[in-house]
Amino acid sequence: MAISKIWVFAESLEGKASNTSLELLTKARELADTVEVVAADGAAIAAQVGAYGATKVHNVSVDASKLHGSAIAGAIAEAVNAGNGPDVILTATSYTGRDVAGRLSVRVDAPVITNVVDLVEKDGALAGVEPVFGGSTDVYTKFTSGKVGIFLVRPKSFAAEESGGGAAEVAELAIPDLGATGTPVVTNRFVEEKTGPSLDDAAVVVAGGRGLGEKDKYEMIETLAKLLNAAPGASRAIVDAGWVPYSYQIGQTGKVVKPTVYIAAGISGATQHLVGMKGSKNIIAINKDPEAPIFSVADLGIVGDVHKVLPKVIEALQSR
Amino acid sequence: MNVVVCVKQIPDPADPGALDPNTKTLKRDGKLILDESDSYGVEMALQLVDAAGSGEVTLVSMAPNGEVSGLRTALAMGAAKAVLVSDDALAGSDALGTSKVLAKAIARAGEADLILTATESSDGYTGTVPEQIAELLQLPSVTFAKEIAVDGSTLKVQRQTEAGYDEVECPLPAVVSVTAGVVEPRYPSFKGIMAAKSKPVDQVTIADLGIDAASVGWAGAGQEIVEIAQAEAREAGTIIEDDGEAFAQVVKFLDDLKVV
Repeated sequence: MAISKIWVFAESLEGKASNTSLELLTKARELADTVEVVAADGAAIAAQVGAYGATKVHNVSVDASKLHGSAIAGAIAEAVNAGNGPDVILTATSYTGRDVAGRLSVRVDAPVITNVVDLVEKDGALAGVEPVFGGSTDVYTKFTSGKVGIFLVRPKSFAAEESGGGAAEVAELAIPDLGATGTPVVTNRFVEEKTGPSLDDAAVVVAGGRGLGEKDKYEMIETLAKLLNAAPGASRAIVDAGWVPYSYQIGQTGKVVKPTVYIAAGISGATQHLVGMKGSKNIIAINKDPEAPIFSVADLGIVGDVHKVLPKVIEALQSR
Repeated sequence: MNVVVCVKQIPDPADPGALDPNTKTLKRDGKLILDESDSYGVEMALQLVDAAGSGEVTLVSMAPNGEVSGLRTALAMGAAKAVLVSDDALAGSDALGTSKVLAKAIARAGEADLILTATESSDGYTGTVPEQIAELLQLPSVTFAKEIAVDGSTLKVQRQTEAGYDEVECPLPAVVSVTAGVVEPRYPSFKGIMAAKSKPVDQVTIADLGIDAASVGWAGAGQEIVEIAQAEAREAGTIIEDDGEAFAQVVKFLDDLKVV
């Protein structure tokens, strides 16, 4: 399997590359001789991505107030269509990453392999591994088009490790004429105030689901989370019901978490949810229904009413 | 204001899915229903047309065997008509092939001011189709919308972000993907259900849309499933019935891991 060059689309916030970008770089290093980065904030992250193995940053000077998807995809496509592109492009399953992959796919007329959690060699080609049916089955897919391979990779699929490389060289990647596709402009940014650790970094995650019964009962999740210095999370069902914001959602749509301990309270464990938390080191599940699929992944399963069990756990911890 | 909503008709998620061992794709032979993820876009479209005071909602869908049961649900909610692309040549289409078909079907649906989709389907969940359609139609797009307002020929969208949300503006026409749960989809009324039965569904083939069979279906999918394997299962854990004291087991478990 000869992959000579991989490009990683690296997203950044306030001049720092995202964790997922660094995870992708670490894996890319293992797969290809040359690893390079495409970024909208190339100069700022050149040293950081260099330390994770990138030798070059293709900087796309997109207007910071614009949505980036079309410009990044356009710039990459120009290089690919001119024969100056990589063999493989890795982007994270993020808001902008998906925008880039979708638009790029059309511009180079090549498909995208999505929801990838691992990249392995199969029959002499690079295959993406996608978990289906709640992670019980792995599907291996390879490209047959002979074109550039675009993979959308889930966060936390790989551990990020430094290579000790020096700062990457920065070069400019030109943006072609985007027409109407480049027009969306961000007029305002709102940050939802959240206290405590984030779902991405927390060692403990406490998540609630439909079994809580009503919106007000989510307070129990927040109380327990605070006691354990944990991040509160949620199943899709209660996000869809409007109990908590989308940023709390764990699962297929939403965040992937891999904490030391995951506590699922009143969550049945639909496929949608399991995919996002199955990688947790230890899982505690509390649910009334003994047949709930969540128990198939639980290290400690309590068949019982969350309204009875959780308050007692909270009380026991508070009394210390 | 005319709004086109892309809707997918999928196998009922309540039934456990299965992969066809020959084609290695999801079995789609049972009855199909409207993907719940799409009901939010349908509701939002109906609200926008109401607010504009004129125009209509048109559905666009691609499904095997001329399947219309999911479309009827959305028509019963209030959509005026539908374009359904159904063709044996479409079996095996990947997201890019699907987008090529939907883009042509959207053009056939008439002049649209706005095209809405879900952020991803509940069965395939690639999440790339909204952007692929937008690029094929050379339209601006805003993905992961939680609120949409139209001000003249400008679209104002609240777009979800990692940290919260952005307010985004762009000119119409545009493609917007709608996040699940952001509006309350209406239940079809009895009158709506009866009316839906006679609403027009324009059923077309890929030839009607001028699409080359080689660019869609198995032939057009530039990817191939090479293996399906059992994932590594987690070791079975301890399951206990709560007798009023199970909380102590939870506390002990947390203590043993030193996370308290």
